[in-house]
Amino acid sequence: MSKKIIELKSIYKKYGDIIAIDGVSLYIKEGEFLTLLGPSGCGKTTTLRIIGGFEQPDTGDVFFDGIRINDVPAYKRALNTVFQKYALFTHMNVGENIAFGPTIRKEDPAKIQQEVKQYLKVVNMEGFEDRDVSTLSGGQQQRVAIARALINKPKVLLLDEPLGALDLKLRKDMQDELKTMHKELGITFVYVTHDQEEALTLSDTVVVMNKGKILQIGTPVDIYNEPKNAFVAYFIGESNIIKSTMVRDCLVRIDGVDFECVDTGFGNDVPVDVVVRPEDIVLVSPDKAKLKGKVTLVTFKGVHYEIWVEGPSFEWKVHSTVPQMIGDELGITVDPYNIHVMHKDPAQMNPYEVNAKL
Amino acid sequence: MSKRRFAFPYYIWMIIFIIVPLLLIIYYTFTDDSSGTVKLTFNNIKAIFDPLYLKVIWRSVYMSLIATVVCLVLGYPAAMILSNRDFSRKSTMLILIVLPMWMNFLLRTYSWLSLLENEGLINQFLGWLGLPQANLMYNNFAVILGMVYNFLPFMILPVYSVLVKIDKNVVEAAKDLGGNNLVVFRRIILPLSTPGIISGITMTFMPALSTFVISRLLSGGKISLIGNIIEQQFTVTGNWGFGSALSLFLMILIFVSMIFINKYGDESVGGGGLL
Repeated sequence: MSKKIIELKSIYKKYGDIIAIDGVSLYIKEGEFLTLLGPSGCGKTTTLRIIGGFEQPDTGDVFFDGIRINDVPAYKRALNTVFQKYALFTHMNVGENIAFGPTIRKEDPAKIQQEVKQYLKVVNMEGFEDRDVSTLSGGQQQRVAIARALINKPKVLLLDEPLGALDLKLRKDMQDELKTMHKELGITFVYVTHDQEEALTLSDTVVVMNKGKILQIGTPVDIYNEPKNAFVAYFIGESNIIKSTMVRDCLVRIDGVDFECVDTGFGNDVPVDVVVRPEDIVLVSPDKAKLKGKVTLVTFKGVHYEIWVEGPSFEWKVHSTVPQMIGDELGITVDPYNIHVMHKDPAQMNPYEVNAKL
Repeated sequence: MSKRRFAFPYYIWMIIFIIVPLLLIIYYTFTDDSSGTVKLTFNNIKAIFDPLYLKVIWRSVYMSLIATVVCLVLGYPAAMILSNRDFSRKSTMLILIVLPMWMNFLLRTYSWLSLLENEGLINQFLGWLGLPQANLMYNNFAVILGMVYNFLPFMILPVYSVLVKIDKNVVEAAKDLGGNNLVVFRRIILPLSTPGIISGITMTFMPALSTFVISRLLSGGKISLIGNIIEQQFTVTGNWGFGSALSLFLMILIFVSMIFINKYGDESVGGGGLL
């Protein structure tokens, strides 16, 4: 049922000497909510702009519904974009902004009026059609921008960090609304963000990018639980990324102590990266664990306490609902299936720079 | 309160250089001291409506309107080219446009004489090509050419400054919503640049309407504009009363046309303009 609506094949794009996109290939299935996620400068917005037709790839092909669209200008593509800074037409009111697409297609004015009302309802802005866009709040402007795109009934809606300029509370509300809209309208959404939580919340598929390359494509659960390398693990959620040694199948030496794990096929005595999520660590009394550490910092975070435990060669970040005393000696235990072993990836940015002992 | 004190020097400036001269013009317009005593008179105003002067006023309006339209037609595309971010020689072009303004106004108008006159460069070139001589000087064409040449930068610069401020995303959004280049220009770029057009029109039409140097030099004194008549009243005939009346009339003319232009501009965009 779900066919490929958009496909990118080996896209390269340079700006002067800077490589913006370094061999990106991906496909987007019809009706899915796909997010391009990565730090700023990772090439996610450029990828979106190439799909939208605002940039041309240096090499590589873009397919829409199986047809190569490299040379099709933006205004002829059956997709619409919601820009980060709304890009509303300030010389038109809300209704005229939303009606822009159908108006230039010379559709029946009565029908346009009715559709404007309909799409204002979709974005929860009924009765705003005669308002001046400059009188609207940021959230309202973004809703108008979304309505202005949706009224054209695009097959694909591109969203370039649409919530980036909104405050946290509003952003959460808009995330819920976007998700509802996506379900109800059945349009393919391609979303760009640097906010990993937003990506996990909204998406069917997450594409993690860094330095113009795709690092991992998967469902939010896959990306979170099975990160392919240290960068993905570092970028998605909070994690302990530890330089370790794979002793043999199902046994990995972390912080000087052998742990049982479920990973196989790495070979014997091979250096690897290990990811352990802070919420997967269980602190026990020192005599019940092989790995021991000393509590160095306890911070209350609302839902949980963030506890830093100094091990023999690594400072562990632990999330726990139970507070600990600074200076206490504790045992660190992790269930085998919560230890995720990854190959070292020398090509990618070293996350230890950021995640090293504080 | 204290901030107002800093404005004090400007009040003095405005009183000495703006209010007092304006009052003097009004005073000269409505008084007559030829009999030795100062009397109230409307003769200076009545004299304006002499068909001879009405013709001059009409000619001034007509020629400066043509010059303004030519400036707009030439200047708008120039401003668009300049505002294009892919245009690499932008700063060179801007300097070239502004460069003539660094030269003395008289000098650069005089330079057209040596180009346009019967033995001038253009006619020499035509002769060299074996073409008949063209009569380029001492006519409306020469005066309008002089106006366009002198005031074109005042059209390009305000339009340019508005065009560069138009958000690239807005143009992209219009294209994204299905607008081809013509639609994007007509429905987005043109309306958004209206404030610049209004400023440009104001800044070319006003000096063109009141110029006397361009018309005197390039028409050899044959074509009189309202500016020339005013100048004559003060420097040749010594009729300060009539000269003031004409100045007042000119000011009202400009004022009314500005209101008209701004009103039109307000209808097409939400604000902007000079007044």
